[in-house]
Amino acid sequence: MSQPSLIERLGILADAAKYDASCASSGTTRRTSKDGAKGGGKAIGSTEGMGICHAYAPDGRCISLLKILLTNHCVFDCHYCINRKSSNVRRARFTPQEVADLTMAFYKRNYIEGLFLSSGIVKSSSHTMEQLIEAARILREEHEFRGYIHLKTIPEADSELVTRAGLYADRVSINVELPTLAGLTRLAPDKNAATIEGAMDTVKAAIVEAKDACKRFKSAPRFAPAGQSTQMIVGADGASDADIVGKASRLYGDYRLRRVYYSAFSPIPDASAVLPLQRPPLIREHRLYQSDWLMRFYGFAPEEVQQAAGTDGMLPLDIDPKLAWALKFRDQFPVDVNRAPRETLLRVPGLGTRAVGAILSARRHRTLRLDDVARLTVSIAKLRPFIVTADWRPTLLTERADLKTLIAPPKAQQLELFAA
Amino acid sequence: MTPFRDARIADAFAVPLAAPDDFAGWRGQARRLLMADVPPDRVTWHMPGEGGGDLFASGRRLPVPRADAPQPRVPRAFLDLAAKAALHRDEGRFALLYRLLWRLQQRPGLMEDEADADVRQLHRLTRTVRRDMHKMRAFVRFRQIGSGEDERYIAWFEPEHHILRANAEFFVNRFAGMRWAILTPQGSLHWDGAVLSEGPPASRADAPAQDAAEELWRRYYGSIFNPARLKVGAMLKEMPRRYWKNLPEAALIPELIAGAQAREAAMVDQGGTMFGEERPGSLPEIAQAIMACRRCPIGCNGTRAVPGEGQSDPARFGGLIIVGEQPGDSEEEQGRPFVGPAGRLLRAHLEDAGLDLSRAWLTNAVKHFKFVPKPMRGGGKRRLHQNPTAKEIDICRWWLEGERALLRPRLVLALGASAARSLLGKTVSVQQVRGQPMPLDDGSELWITTHPSYLLRLNDGPRAQEEGRFAGDLRAVAARLAELAG
Ligand code: SF4
Repeated sequence: MSQPSLIERLGILADAAKYDASCASSGTTRRTSKDGAKGGGKAIGSTEGMGICHAYAPDGRCISLLKILLTNHCVFDCHYCINRKSSNVRRARFTPQEVADLTMAFYKRNYIEGLFLSSGIVKSSSHTMEQLIEAARILREEHEFRGYIHLKTIPEADSELVTRAGLYADRVSINVELPTLAGLTRLAPDKNAATIEGAMDTVKAAIVEAKDACKRFKSAPRFAPAGQSTQMIVGADGASDADIVGKASRLYGDYRLRRVYYSAFSPIPDASAVLPLQRPPLIREHRLYQSDWLMRFYGFAPEEVQQAAGTDGMLPLDIDPKLAWALKFRDQFPVDVNRAPRETLLRVPGLGTRAVGAILSARRHRTLRLDDVARLTVSIAKLRPFIVTADWRPTLLTERADLKTLIAPPKAQQLELFAA
Repeated sequence: MTPFRDARIADAFAVPLAAPDDFAGWRGQARRLLMADVPPDRVTWHMPGEGGGDLFASGRRLPVPRADAPQPRVPRAFLDLAAKAALHRDEGRFALLYRLLWRLQQRPGLMEDEADADVRQLHRLTRTVRRDMHKMRAFVRFRQIGSGEDERYIAWFEPEHHILRANAEFFVNRFAGMRWAILTPQGSLHWDGAVLSEGPPASRADAPAQDAAEELWRRYYGSIFNPARLKVGAMLKEMPRRYWKNLPEAALIPELIAGAQAREAAMVDQGGTMFGEERPGSLPEIAQAIMACRRCPIGCNGTRAVPGEGQSDPARFGGLIIVGEQPGDSEEEQGRPFVGPAGRLLRAHLEDAGLDLSRAWLTNAVKHFKFVPKPMRGGGKRRLHQNPTAKEIDICRWWLEGERALLRPRLVLALGASAARSLLGKTVSVQQVRGQPMPLDDGSELWITTHPSYLLRLNDGPRAQEEGRFAGDLRAVAARLAELAG
C-alpha cells in the first residue's frame, strides 16, 4: 500500500493530535543557539521562560509547538479516542527522521517553538516509545536543536525508556485520561491506572535525581527540565468537578506535576457507540482551569475550591469559582484594601495577582480611595461589593440576596466560551 | 537641589536625539539637564530631520551643569521601564520620561505609586512596547532562499514601535546557526552566522515572495484547530488583523471559520447518533428536557424554560404551529408562551382572522428568556429583553424540530426574523418574504409575518398601518390553512 504524500500525512497526523490540550512550551531552562558554540556552530533554537505563541487558530488556541502524532495507528481501543483501533479514520505514519526534518523546517522559518510528539501504539508500547525517542534524538544530536521538545510517554513502555525520553525532552507527560478509576476501566479497557501512575512516579524520581546530580556535578545530564504534566478528559465519565479538583490536587502533590490540563470531551468523528455521552459545556473546562489557578496562585486549598461547588459537586457555570466561593463565605467580606494582607486580598473576586501587587505597592504611598482602586483594576463595579476603601463601604454582603445577579450578569465572554 | 532661575533658561531647550530609539542619548542629556536644574516644561526632545532645522538654528546651547550639582538619583525600576517606553512611537515619550525623572528627585518612592498618572502612562507605554516586541518574535516569518552553502532566510516585518534593534539579540540567540535577515520599513538586521549588522530601511519587495514550506505550514494550521470550538474573538485579540498580511497561514482563516460553521452544523444534525443522544419522543418530555437544557448560554441564566403549548391531540390538531421569538418577562414568570402584552395582541388578531387557537400549537424559536438586568430608579431591577443570536437560535432549533416532528403541522406561521431564521436556518428580511408560502423540508408550508411586539413599539399612524398588514397576513394564513385542510 503506498503511503500518502508528506503533506497528506501531516494533515492526518495533526488532525489526530488536536484533541490533546497540553500545548504550552513553558517553564524550561533558558538556552540559546549560541551557548557553547565555537565559531561556525550550526545549532538552532532557544528557549525562553515563557514559550511564544506563533499563531492562533480560529478556535482561539495558541499554536506554539508542532503538535503531531508519529502515527495514528493504535492497538488500543479507548472509546473516547479518535485513533482507537475500532475507529475507521484514515491512518498514516511518519518516520522519526521525517518528524525531525519537519520540525527543523518549521522552526527555521519561525513558525514554532518546538515539537510536541505523541503517538498511537504500534507493535508494542516499548517499540512506540523508542520511535518517539529517536525523533527527539535526531533533533538534539544531528540537528543540534536547542528548541523545546515535549514527548508524550507511553505508560506501558519499559521504565528505562521513559527515563531516556527525559534526557532529550524538556517535558514529558503521561495522560491519566479520566478522573475516575471506573471511567478508565470502562472507557479505556486497555489502560491501567496503576501503570499510569507508576510511570509518573518513575519520571518524578528521575527528575528529582537529575536535579540533585546537577547540584553536585555541573556536567550532569539535564532531565526534563520543564517537568511533567498530564491531561484529564472532562465530561466523558461521571466525575463531578469536586472529584476532578481532588484528583488534580492529589496528582500535583504525589508526582510534583507542573500542570494538569483539562480537556472537555469533544465530539469526535466516528465516535464509539458505547459512549453514552453528552458533550460538556466548554465553560466547564474553563471553570476547572480557573479552579486550578486558585490552587496554584491564589492560595486556595483543594477543599476550599470544592466548597465553591454545589451539593452535586459541580462548580457553577455562570460565575467563576472564586466568586462562587465568596458568595458562600460572605462573612469574610468586605475586605479593607488599605489594610488587608496579601492572602486576603487575593480572595476578593475580581482582584488578580497583578492588581493585588499594585494595590500593595500603591498603598505604601497613599490611602487608597475607590478611584485609585479603579485605576489599578479591570472592573471596579464587580469589586465594589467586596471591598472597603477610604471613601467607600458597601452594604454588608450577608444582607444582599441579589448579589449574584448584580455582579455576574450573563457576559459576552461567556457567550464566546459557549459559542462552540 | 535648589531651583535657580536664570535668563538662559527662560525659553525651552530643544534637545536633539540621534534616533527614535536613542535611549542612551536621552539618558546622557537628561542627566545634564537635571544637574543644571532645568525643569521639564523647559525641555523639548527632537528626532533627526524632524522639523528641526530652525529649532536648532535658534542656537540655544544646552546648559552646563554646575560643578557642585548633586548626582541625580535614578531607581533601577525606573530605568528598566524607561528603556522600553523610549521605544514607543508616542511623540511625548521622552518628555514623559524626563518629567518622571524630575519628579523622582523630589519623591524617590514615586515609582511604586501605580495610581499616579505619569507612572501609569509609563507602564502603559512599556506594556505596549513589550507586546510589540513579543509579537515580532512570534510573527516574523522567514522565507528560505538558496540551498546548501547559499541557504539564507529572509523575513519582512512591520513593527509598530521602534523595536527592531531591541529585538536583535533574541533572533541572534535563536537562529545563530543560520544566515538570516529581517527587513522592516525602519531598517534591517543581517546575521551572517557570526556578526550582526544593520542595514537601511527596506520594502516588502526586497524579501522573497514565497517559500515551499508554507504549503506544509498552512496544512498544519488548518488541521490542528478544532472546528467544534470556534472562538474567533480570542484569536483576534492575540493575532490582530494588521499582522495577517505577513502571515502565510492567515489567508486560510476566513475559509476555516466558514468551514467550521458548516461542519458544526453537520455535527449537530447528526447529533442523535453522534452523542447517543435522542430527542425526547413526546411533547411533555420535550417540555421537561428543555428545563435542563444548557446547549446555549441562555440556558445558564437561571430562568426557567418556557415550553410550547396548545392542541397536541392529533385528532383535534388543526395543523397550525405559531412560532414566536422567545419568552419574555411575563412568559418566563408564568411558564407559558404568549401571555404578555405582545401575546394578548396576537391572540386578539388570531381571533379576528378566524384562526382557532384551541386547535393550534404555540411555541418559540428559543425556549429560554434572554435578558439583561437593568437597575431602575428607586432600586429593584427590570429584565430587559435581548435578541438571541443567530447561533443561539440555530442551537435551540433542535427543540422546535422536535415539536414539528411530533405534531406534523400543515402550516407554520413564523412571527418575526428570529422565528423565520429558526425554520429556514438562514436570516431573511421579513418585509420581503411576508405574505407568501415557502416550502419546508417536511412538506409543510412556512408563512412569515412580523412579531406582534414590533407593532407594540410603533406610534399611532405607522402602527395602524402595520397592524393592518399583520391582520392581512393572518387572514391569508387562515384562508390557506382552510385550503390545505380542505
Ligand atoms: S435557549 Fe434553547 S438551546 Fe438555549 S438553553 Fe434554552 S432551550 Fe436550550
